Amino acid sequence: MQKKYSWYSLLKAGLSNQDWDKAIPLSKPKPKYDVIIIGGGGHGLATAYYLAKECGITNVAVVEKGYIGGGNTGRNTTIIRSNYLRDEASSLYEHSMSLWEGLSEDLNFNVMFSQRGVYNLGHTLQDMRDIERRVNANVLNGVDAVVVDHKEIKEQIPIINTSKNVRYPIMGASFQARGGVARHDGVAWGFARAAANLGVDIIQNCEVIDIEVEEGRVKGVKTTQGDIMADRVGCVSAGHSSVIAKMAGLRLPVESHPLQAFVSEALKPILHTVVMSNAVHGYVSQSDKGDLVIGAGIDGYNSYAQRGSAKIVEHCAAAILELFPIFSRVRMNRQWGGIVDVCPDACPVISPTKVEGLYFNCGWGTGGFKATPGSGNVFAHTIAQDKQHDLAVPFHIDRFTTGALIDEHGAAGVAH
Amino acid sequence: MFLINCPYCKESRDQNEFSPAGEAFIARPQNPEALTDEEWADYVFYRTNHKGDHWEQWVHTSGCRKYFLVKRSTISHEVKEVATFGEVKGESAS
Repeated sequence: MQKKYSWYSLLKAGLSNQDWDKAIPLSKPKPKYDVIIIGGGGHGLATAYYLAKECGITNVAVVEKGYIGGGNTGRNTTIIRSNYLRDEASSLYEHSMSLWEGLSEDLNFNVMFSQRGVYNLGHTLQDMRDIERRVNANVLNGVDAVVVDHKEIKEQIPIINTSKNVRYPIMGASFQARGGVARHDGVAWGFARAAANLGVDIIQNCEVIDIEVEEGRVKGVKTTQGDIMADRVGCVSAGHSSVIAKMAGLRLPVESHPLQAFVSEALKPILHTVVMSNAVHGYVSQSDKGDLVIGAGIDGYNSYAQRGSAKIVEHCAAAILELFPIFSRVRMNRQWGGIVDVCPDACPVISPTKVEGLYFNCGWGTGGFKATPGSGNVFAHTIAQDKQHDLAVPFHIDRFTTGALIDEHGAAGVAH
Repeated sequence: MFLINCPYCKESRDQNEFSPAGEAFIARPQNPEALTDEEWADYVFYRTNHKGDHWEQWVHTSGCRKYFLVKRSTISHEVKEVATFGEVKGESAS
């Protein structure tokens, strides 16, 4: 495997159309590692990468039950922003944003991070008051944000419907210019490749079936490819976090729900930015390929099936069509669901557990993709030092016992 | 998408008529004052989030508006059993 892509290596392989090396080596598990990361999604791979790069721990395995980029990392709507209300949350997401801004160069892999801006629409007076409060909080926290009115929105996005004669007229929006989108599965491949280059083993098709705990300390994991020992285990398995926790005799304050999205056929460029609305519940952007990427909400019931109810899709489509009547004849190509683990306060858990050496990074709910580099970064430091990274401290699992919740439900433009 | 047989209406109706109302058999503690913070947190926030057959509460929102119990697979969404409160006990939850 070539270590580094360069314009020369791409030109050489491109002209001959051979010499394309494997992007990621296929690894088999060794008997023992310093750290095992359960879950080869974006967050897990980012954790492994920062463990190797910033913490000097390279004897690391990432075990993934499927294939890299095949879980939620490849199922989300790729929106990236950091305009959260609460200090704790906005610090964490802004940390992530600053890593996104240098990520392609850092990973030597084009993650196609495109800062095309994100609009969070307001449709009522109360929406606008909340937006102004959030924008003020963002500015105080050093996060770029402005309030825009409906005229400015119409100027920027001519195809949007700002008529007053609709059920939920657009009154204004918050706008984060540094927000945008990235190539989601590319993010997973980029982190996997960069981590592998630093010595991390990426082990695909390797499902964890049990966690070995002895006298309150983690010893390793049992997998479908045999037993693997480790001093520390980090669990980053999104929708299946409760299942993994149960293996170690733990309970979590999360529930798993299906979250749906769909994409249209490819169109010529028509929408140059990202538009989200909590009130009518839909969000949309256009990928570089040209398809409209549309995200819906979660179903209220628990599920581990990667599909949801048609009524959620219908509700979302209705909302998108009221915002963009021009999309009414667009044909949809694919529709799917992913399983998200939702915390009661819509904030993640990045925390040690009662089992020594076992750490959890879960509960990202519907908005984990934007946090990928930041989440991996603070979780890597948390595992390496056996002490929470400063930015992760408020996200300790004990907050559900002490009551120090970080109430981002409805406050941060979090779509639920 | 699935159908739920409401034990009160005695009819299989579209899931859209119903709303989920959380994990079943979580009884409010008899004496909250006596609970430790951990026990209280477990009651309020922590959930089984079971993968497999799961007992949960549903309400027939667009029908009789009564709450009842459903045993449903969280893997296939298949409804295995419906019951009124009291018909099944917490121990039978799986």
